[in-house]
Amino acid sequence: MHPDQSATAPLRVVLAEDSVLLREGLVGLLERFGHQVVAAVGDAEALREAVAEHTPDLVITDVRMPPGQADEGLRAAVELREASPGLPVLVLSQYVQRSYAADLLDSGDGSGVGYLLKDRVGQIEDFLAAVGTVADGGTVVDPEVVRQLIGRRRDPLARLTPREREVLALMAEGRSNAAICRELVVTEAAVSKHIGNILAKLDLPPAEQSHRRVLAVLTFLRG
Amino acid sequence: MSASADAWQALARPGFLRSARPWRSAGYLLATGLSGLLLCVVLLVSAVVAGVLVTVVIGLPMLAALALAGLPYAALERRLLRLLPDQAPVESPHREPDRPGLVAWLRTRYREQATWRELGCAALAALMLWVIDLTAIGGAVFVPVWLLATPVLLALDGEQVNVLKVWQIHDQPTAFVLTLAGALLLAALSYPLAAVAVGRAALVRRLTGRTEQDHRIGELVRSRARLVDAFEAERRRIERDLHDGAQQRLVALAMNLGLARLDVPTGSPLAGRLADAHREVGQVLSELRELINGIHPQVLADRGLPEAVADLADRSPVPVDLAFELPGRPPPAVEAAGYFAVAEALANIAKHSGANRARLTGRYAGGRLAVEVSDDGHGGADPARGTGLTGLADRLAVVDGTLTVSSPPGGPTLLRLEIPCTLTSPPPHRSG
Repeated sequence: MHPDQSATAPLRVVLAEDSVLLREGLVGLLERFGHQVVAAVGDAEALREAVAEHTPDLVITDVRMPPGQADEGLRAAVELREASPGLPVLVLSQYVQRSYAADLLDSGDGSGVGYLLKDRVGQIEDFLAAVGTVADGGTVVDPEVVRQLIGRRRDPLARLTPREREVLALMAEGRSNAAICRELVVTEAAVSKHIGNILAKLDLPPAEQSHRRVLAVLTFLRG
Repeated sequence: MSASADAWQALARPGFLRSARPWRSAGYLLATGLSGLLLCVVLLVSAVVAGVLVTVVIGLPMLAALALAGLPYAALERRLLRLLPDQAPVESPHREPDRPGLVAWLRTRYREQATWRELGCAALAALMLWVIDLTAIGGAVFVPVWLLATPVLLALDGEQVNVLKVWQIHDQPTAFVLTLAGALLLAALSYPLAAVAVGRAALVRRLTGRTEQDHRIGELVRSRARLVDAFEAERRRIERDLHDGAQQRLVALAMNLGLARLDVPTGSPLAGRLADAHREVGQVLSELRELINGIHPQVLADRGLPEAVADLADRSPVPVDLAFELPGRPPPAVEAAGYFAVAEALANIAKHSGANRARLTGRYAGGRLAVEVSDDGHGGADPARGTGLTGLADRLAVVDGTLTVSSPPGGPTLLRLEIPCTLTSPPPHRSG
């Protein structure tokens, strides 16, 4: 739960999900918390049309959709972001797979994207926080995907200390500095120091702080 | 064989003389007779030349090459069979060499029984069959036609015709009697002519086609491949049903429980119950996701083998060094066989090897997908004992793949699998 991120302005959302049950559930959920679902569609083609028509604040899409029942939803999301790099996209997936998440984060400049397992929809407050973070240009990766990545020991992540890896994992989940220090029970100064070390060790080019955070997460995902 | 049985029965049918069968039989025997004669000349000349050249070394390879003369000749014989009605096409009895290149081809051919059967067929055709073929044509076609033509020949000559160099004919009425005899003879002799053709065809089928055993093995291989395909299709169906059904419903249930929890005051007994139920649903979803991934991994279908095995490497408790690249995508059956083989190998490493590190490489070279999984564990893996390795070898055998295991006591273990295949266009996705 990240109460520091849950207070967001009402968003205009385009939703793509082929299961009617889930689509209606998600529409109900989003509208109950003040967001407006301007279009709810069931396949990738309709998603592209709806985005062109409504220019929403946020796109939420399933990965697997008709007609191919492959990763059409994800591909549509990547295309949409390449066409308009600032467009925030939150992908809901049934797959704990690094490559799907990495494709998505590689699209555009890696900010304003989220890759969440569908299970996360049940944790209403976490889900709404993620919706807010992504719409604000942040990056959110599902804790389950992050957990799978932590076990990997490849360069350049091998240079990080265990504590720094922990911090990076929480950054990938979209947590703010404040949320990270609560989770790890350390001071904010300590968290800032860890993040500084991470950015230095990953050889990230000097840039705006928030963008460097995204780049660090990308490095993490590419492993 | 049923094709021969049909051909023999056709001889007894009333419409035989009106059908094209006699003419096609004659055409067949003429073609085989002439090609046999030609083969006889070619073989004799080559054998003599090779025999002479044996004294200088070049003759030996020539003799060896002569042993393969049956291959093209048998191919010709199989084609000539199409001149006859009721002859089902004869498939080549030869196997595809398991590697590309001339050496592999030669090795395969010289080891095959079919090569020597075909050489026998060529020898028979060159030394004996063409004589029979041409004699049959001469007796059953040439003689009656000569008789038929007597009146014409008489008219052309004006005075006398020596029919078959035996009878001297001077008048047209006698000539017409001979014509009648020729017509009757042509009709009567077309039966033995067709019989010779059918008999010869049966002999050729036996010598240049697949044996009963080849057929049975071929059928077994095909039925096994069908079973595996059906099995694979069933896995996909189960995966789809679980994904579209249970998984979506459970997600909706989790969402409803989540919403319900928001409506219940915190600290109430109901809130506790709901929290338990919510956690339970989360665990079920997590287990279901693993189950579905094990049945048919979507990443394999969407992204191909390198991405899918990278995912396996991610999940492996033993760290895996990965170098797996393919210039295109193998057929789905090969991808599935490769994927499940790697999954089994990595699972074995985690369970039995005691290794600290594993290495997984994959590449495509020489028309084969080659995958190697090695570890620095204590070795001693034995395909004869472990059902896992045997199952893996069985699975690979269906796609003509091979598995070799080197695992001396004390390690290291190296598992190598090779599957012949062709790749389709490069993967549509850049790697993530």
